[in-house]
Amino acid sequence: MEAAALSLMNAVPLLAGVPLWAVTLLLIVAAAAVILVFALTFEGVGSLVLRKVAGDIQARIGPNRVGPNGILQFLADGVKLVLKEDIIPANADRLLFKLAPYFVFVGSFAAFVVVPFGVGLIAADLNIGIYYVMAVTSLVVIGVLLAGWASNNKWALLGGMRAAAQIVSYEIPVGMALIPAVLIAGSLSLQDIVRSQGGLLGIFGWNLFHNPFTFFSFFLYFTAAQAETNQTPFDLPEAESELVSGYNVEYSGIRFGLFFLAEFGDMFIVAALATACFLGGWNVPFFHVGTLPWIWGNLLSLGVFLAKAFTMVLIMMWVRWTLPRLRVDQLMRMSWKYLVPLTFVNLLGVSLWLLVFKGKGIPGMIASLFG
Amino acid sequence: MSGPADYIFYAAAAVTVGAAILVAILPNILYAAVALLFSFAGVAGLYVLLSADFLAATQVLVYVGGILVLLLFAVFLSNRISDAKITNPTHFRLPAAAICLVLFGVLSYAAVSTPYAVKEGVYLPTTADIGELLMTRYLLPFEVASVLLLAALIGAAFLSRPDRAASVKGDMEEGKR
Repeated sequence: MEAAALSLMNAVPLLAGVPLWAVTLLLIVAAAAVILVFALTFEGVGSLVLRKVAGDIQARIGPNRVGPNGILQFLADGVKLVLKEDIIPANADRLLFKLAPYFVFVGSFAAFVVVPFGVGLIAADLNIGIYYVMAVTSLVVIGVLLAGWASNNKWALLGGMRAAAQIVSYEIPVGMALIPAVLIAGSLSLQDIVRSQGGLLGIFGWNLFHNPFTFFSFFLYFTAAQAETNQTPFDLPEAESELVSGYNVEYSGIRFGLFFLAEFGDMFIVAALATACFLGGWNVPFFHVGTLPWIWGNLLSLGVFLAKAFTMVLIMMWVRWTLPRLRVDQLMRMSWKYLVPLTFVNLLGVSLWLLVFKGKGIPGMIASLFG
Repeated sequence: MSGPADYIFYAAAAVTVGAAILVAILPNILYAAVALLFSFAGVAGLYVLLSADFLAATQVLVYVGGILVLLLFAVFLSNRISDAKITNPTHFRLPAAAICLVLFGVLSYAAVSTPYAVKEGVYLPTTADIGELLMTRYLLPFEVASVLLLAALIGAAFLSRPDRAASVKGDMEEGKR
């Protein structure tokens, strides 16, 4: 950020008298605002797409009243959430009840900071990128637990407990399934991981096709991440038919809106991490985006990244409306008896592969056969 | 060090210490847990200020994502959840104060007298160096710590295991962690 602030000050003579830290602060606020606008738009449109996909899969029409074909439904929903009365139950713990949605939203939104949207489009290219995402999203668990307890409602408490148990359990396979991408790139930075999948191999340069273990670990990641974000078939914390709505049952108005936004934010983060770590990120096949003029290179890479990420989001919605919900014990068994051991074996496999073949993937070896 | 970095240091230190004091004096254990969250966040902020990015993220991941969640879990799973309002009473104030004073003296003496290896200026990534040191020079402490954690895990699994003879073997028992 400071380097960007320096170049901005050199470009705009008017800023010469302003201290460096002020310009840096301004840039940070601007970047946060851009990401917030993107996140809110995605979350709004995402909710409409989710309902439309649900309608299609369940052979019904879905929202169709607001605007042509119902495409303005998300605006109506947003206005409703903002204007609705903010009810706090009489026996709730007022302070924690008010605080909890912010923890959830901050934990989800902070992860957007390191999402590599394009060749130069990243709010902060932290060199601990993936690790940072794992760290800040742990705030979500705290928020969910506190929301469940502060509501003073047995369904909310059960939902909160289930959510925390689930997120804590599935954090391990999610992290372990992402490590192969870190190993191949030799860096935790998401930009470095995306760059390591570029080059002349096209889509075969993606980590997905690097070797059999990375191919497998993509699916392990996707399954575990689906559970970590509390999506059906792992939506036990919400489970409308048994817990009404789980930890957020007592919330209304904008506080419910924050939970809702965080849920869609998590969905995008999962899709973005899958894209960046396994599907080549913003790399355009057979083409170096960095050689284009800054604006076109960024626009093109942004388009490629969003196309991949949105496809992943659509697949998540598809899975969500297709599979039935697991039971609590099945959910825990799936994590601890299958996903955790499998991701460890997989990690060992990738490490051995990188050691034996000196970091080369199958497509790379085939390419070197033909010179 | 001068300029905004100084103010950020004082802000982070104030959050850390203030939240820690709240943890000690709040009667409601859940409020104390939330105060603890802010204390952890303050320490993470100090790490960020010192360019220790990996340590900062570890601080958040381990303490907020691990220890604090387990703490809340333990409170929720206890039988007295309905009267969780007053679960953090204060006992033995004088001995506690004495121990705190001694500990404060030792820690501050250590903090002041340690010759730190200070690197001026540039910010460098620390992750690779930490990993290399853990795998080479500090391999033994690293492995000993992991054996200790393994022992704790096995102990916890043994203690929480349902009595095989008495329990009816079923899906619900198998699913329990």
